Amino acid sequence: MLHLYCPHCSQHRDEEEFAYAGEGYIPRPLVPEEIDDETWGNYLFMRTNSKGWFWEQWQHSAGCRKVFVVKRNTFTNEIAGSWTLLEGKSLFLQDKGSLE
Amino acid sequence: MSAKRINKPSVRVVFAQVIEFEFDGKLYKGYQGDTLASALLANDVKHLARSFKYGRPRGIMAAGSEEPNALVQLEQGRYATPNVKATQAELYNGLSAARTSGWPSLNFDAKSILSISSRMMPAGFYAKTFKWPRKFWPFYESIIRKFSGFGSVPTETETEWYDHLHHHLDVLVVGGGVSGLLAALYAGQTGLKTLLLDEQAEIGGWLLSDATTQIDGMNGIAYIESLSAALIALPNVQVLTRTTAFGMYDHNFVQAVELLQDHMPLHERQANLPRHRLHKIKANRVVLATGAIERPLVFGNNDVPGVMTVSAGQTFLNRYGVLVGQNIVLCGNNDEIYHAARDFSVNGAQVVVIDTRRKIVIPDDIPSVIQVYKGHSIVRVEGKRYVTGVTLMSLDGGSSKTIPADIVLSSGGLSPTVHLYCHDTSRPIWNETVMAFVVPNKLADCKPCVACVGAVTGAFEWSQALQQTTQMMKDVLNDLGYTTNLLTPNCNVTHTNPPELIVRLPDGQIEGYGAKAFVDYQNDVTAADIELAVRENYKNIEHVKRYTAFGFGTDQGKLTSVNCFLLTAKALNVPISQVSTTTYRPAYTPVGFGALAGSMCGDTFDPSRTTAIQSAHIARSALMEPVGQWLRPWYFPKENEDIHAAVNREALATRTTVGVMDASTLGKIQIDGPDAREFLNRVYSNAWAQLAVGKCRYGLMLDENGMVMDDGVTACINDQQFYMTTTTGGAARILVWLERWHQTEWPELKVWFTSVTDHWSTIALVGPKSRAVLAKLCSDIDLSPENFKFMDWRSGTVAGLPSRVFRVSFSGEMAYELNIESGYAHFLWEQVMAAGKEFGITPYGTETMHVLRAEKGFIIVGQDTDGSVTPIDLGMSWAVGMKKPFSFLGKRSLSRSDTAKAGRKQMVGLLAQDPKAVLIEGAQIVERSDIKIPRAGTHDAPVHMLGRVTSSYYSAFLGRSIAMALIEDGSNQVGNTVFAYAKGQMTPAQVIESTVFIDPKGERQHA
Repeated sequence: MLHLYCPHCSQHRDEEEFAYAGEGYIPRPLVPEEIDDETWGNYLFMRTNSKGWFWEQWQHSAGCRKVFVVKRNTFTNEIAGSWTLLEGKSLFLQDKGSLE
Repeated sequence: MSAKRINKPSVRVVFAQVIEFEFDGKLYKGYQGDTLASALLANDVKHLARSFKYGRPRGIMAAGSEEPNALVQLEQGRYATPNVKATQAELYNGLSAARTSGWPSLNFDAKSILSISSRMMPAGFYAKTFKWPRKFWPFYESIIRKFSGFGSVPTETETEWYDHLHHHLDVLVVGGGVSGLLAALYAGQTGLKTLLLDEQAEIGGWLLSDATTQIDGMNGIAYIESLSAALIALPNVQVLTRTTAFGMYDHNFVQAVELLQDHMPLHERQANLPRHRLHKIKANRVVLATGAIERPLVFGNNDVPGVMTVSAGQTFLNRYGVLVGQNIVLCGNNDEIYHAARDFSVNGAQVVVIDTRRKIVIPDDIPSVIQVYKGHSIVRVEGKRYVTGVTLMSLDGGSSKTIPADIVLSSGGLSPTVHLYCHDTSRPIWNETVMAFVVPNKLADCKPCVACVGAVTGAFEWSQALQQTTQMMKDVLNDLGYTTNLLTPNCNVTHTNPPELIVRLPDGQIEGYGAKAFVDYQNDVTAADIELAVRENYKNIEHVKRYTAFGFGTDQGKLTSVNCFLLTAKALNVPISQVSTTTYRPAYTPVGFGALAGSMCGDTFDPSRTTAIQSAHIARSALMEPVGQWLRPWYFPKENEDIHAAVNREALATRTTVGVMDASTLGKIQIDGPDAREFLNRVYSNAWAQLAVGKCRYGLMLDENGMVMDDGVTACINDQQFYMTTTTGGAARILVWLERWHQTEWPELKVWFTSVTDHWSTIALVGPKSRAVLAKLCSDIDLSPENFKFMDWRSGTVAGLPSRVFRVSFSGEMAYELNIESGYAHFLWEQVMAAGKEFGITPYGTETMHVLRAEKGFIIVGQDTDGSVTPIDLGMSWAVGMKKPFSFLGKRSLSRSDTAKAGRKQMVGLLAQDPKAVLIEGAQIVERSDIKIPRAGTHDAPVHMLGRVTSSYYSAFLGRSIAMALIEDGSNQVGNTVFAYAKGQMTPAQVIESTVFIDPKGERQHA
């Protein structure tokens, strides 16, 4: 069972209090009508599915109900940190830059 | 009698307290503190089981949870527990146990005949023999089951209960041997919240079995007592015995099961205590002090009852006061055999030592009466049902000789209990010096937040273990910010000679030709089987395990798996480090399902929700139906009515006069904020910009794939507050959905969501007389049809209570939904019933609600849709605001090639040719009646399905059956006859365009 830190509650809590909320920072296209089917399909269905470090969203569903972002290693379940969506964004972008 | 009771200071059995127990129908005597195993051994009961494959007689091999043979069925009826290890069953007055193997009887086992032809039953025998022909497997299995000799499951429901407990700790210590006790003491002394677990009844671990070692000048018992007293004095330390940590999971989450009552006489068990308690433990640091298990040597007939491990013999002697035999042969590759030999000799046994090492110095304190054979091996054990002698030979050649014996104890060295550390699939490391798979002994090498102390790290000698534990705990505490000055307890017991690795004792023959030499007892795997597996080209240890079946079963190879790894390495002629180990998986020992379930069974498995009006429904003899977690009235039968009669009556009454339904289970979400309207525009497919205060609107919610996911009516309370209703089952999911879109995509919108499902109750007053009933209860709302129109809502007083009245309808009838604070709901319901009495007001349940809504063609999301249905498919394009400025959720997907293509399954109405025939919901729709229905389990060609019936009812109002269906290209099928197939029936029906079966113009609901 994972032990997750909720950056809104400033508390470590058991996984049972949280709900998984999918991969983090997948922006919805601003004007969906202007993009082709393939791009829209990628937004809908394609996920990173990486073995290793992964940015994902969790919701503190039995707590503050806030969605936040966690950087987790999908192989070892090691957690590098939890951030609010706002705080995590720049770290995510840096990370993404270094991975690409 | 070969076994004998010994009373000496180290013995933990209380000889003054005699305990009577029953085994296999016979009465025996034991003492308080015995296990079933020690008491049986003291009574000379050695033959306890027949082996799994060959039916060979088996006895007790070990003294703890590693025991592979001595499985018993404990108690009967509702207390029956199968496969309890006799070595772990604590003796209590009236205990009743039975053997589980041996068919037809223990003394004549049909399988033992197989031993004669056992050369025909090599590794992989079952896989090779019984896999073909496949249809015979059920027959094979029934015989193999009877052969296998495992216990039987209880047939009665148990009355005992189980419990879960969560812990949040600073330090968890697993294992209550000396290292674990010291670790807990060191941690506890700093004030850290500490929990220590031990699987046995008593803390002390191996020191309880060691009668001679002195630590800090104290004998074993005195030293354990001093540690125990120090721990008890610390309020921040808790010690749990009879508690096995059986799994270590992600982020060092540990689960342990505590057996609270299994050691107590049945009549003394307390109803207010659980039988087992599952501990769910999260600690900042986990200290593993799990110790080590001695591995036996592999030699001919090493499974005859009376062959045990050396440590088991020492434990039975020193801890339980049972000298297991008079003529004891000790065989080993390490100095522990001399320690044991002295114990047995001093207590009166004739002892012979066979040391596999050639060049050793025999310790000075070994009595001269003990005969020692250096550089020798056991060729085979003599005797069939019990040991009568041992044939040995020199490892340097020469003839063999046979000596008398009644007990053979062997030791191949220690195997650390690395299981918990390795439950994350990591592997232990082979340490050549101690000849064992170990976990790291330095903090820097351990996994994050885990520390290992004592024998599990390979620190097998007392002085090493004490020193390593102290150093490790210094480091752990330092890491937690505590500077300590811990002193290593003093102990100067050291071994003289280094061990020499050996597993299989040579018998002078080619492997497989001599007496059977077992590696895994529970699965009857021999040294020859391992060689065969390697010869047949199984090279990976996981494959060898599965081919030979070593390491499976209730003991999970705790005693013997390392021997299997070593023999595989030898057969492959590679270093053991290259073979490594199989994967260690939870659970370490078997855990009862009851403990895992805890209180989550029966009524408490899932919460059951009822509305505030529930007792009124029960009083009117409603039958209830579960809807998600909710219990809703299903129908309200009168006297002898069946469901059909009741539903027909309820539906007709509602259509002709007035009906009333408790609709409180609808999900309700209050949406506040200046951007609430804009938010609704984004999450609903229809438009909300024009919805005025005092108005309601039906909304359709799509997911991003364009598929219908929920629907409901939302009212505009004021420009900054909306009151949304969702489907009963969708309430929680939709709240999460709204929250997530708001938080992740549109945080700039000023909007807040509050679940108010439980705060508001809803009473739906439905039918032509609904206005007349409401008029009797409400004087401050203008109910005239021109001033309170369909899809309006008004705030007012109903039966003297502040209410919100919504003129909405889920039936097509004139209807008013009264929303009221839940505390008043029951009162209001009774007021409505009284006011409606003169009109014959009829309460109705979910079944009638379904009939009414289907008559009007209203969908139920999740019944008429399944996540692959768009609003266009449903013929509801009127609820899709394609012109809205914001691209609402799901909009873009409606123009994807698949979603927009022609011929998709579309919602249509179906009328069975026979108006009395009610189509079966879920029936598959096919084109022709003469198609060949594919038979199950055959390769018959599949039939093309046009679609399926989603809703189907008998409408008493229309006097015929009606149905809704999703059919391929449905709009172009209108007028065609199709066939609904289900349960062997082929029912012809005509496709009609509209699902609105009554009042298509809406005159009734607008009345």
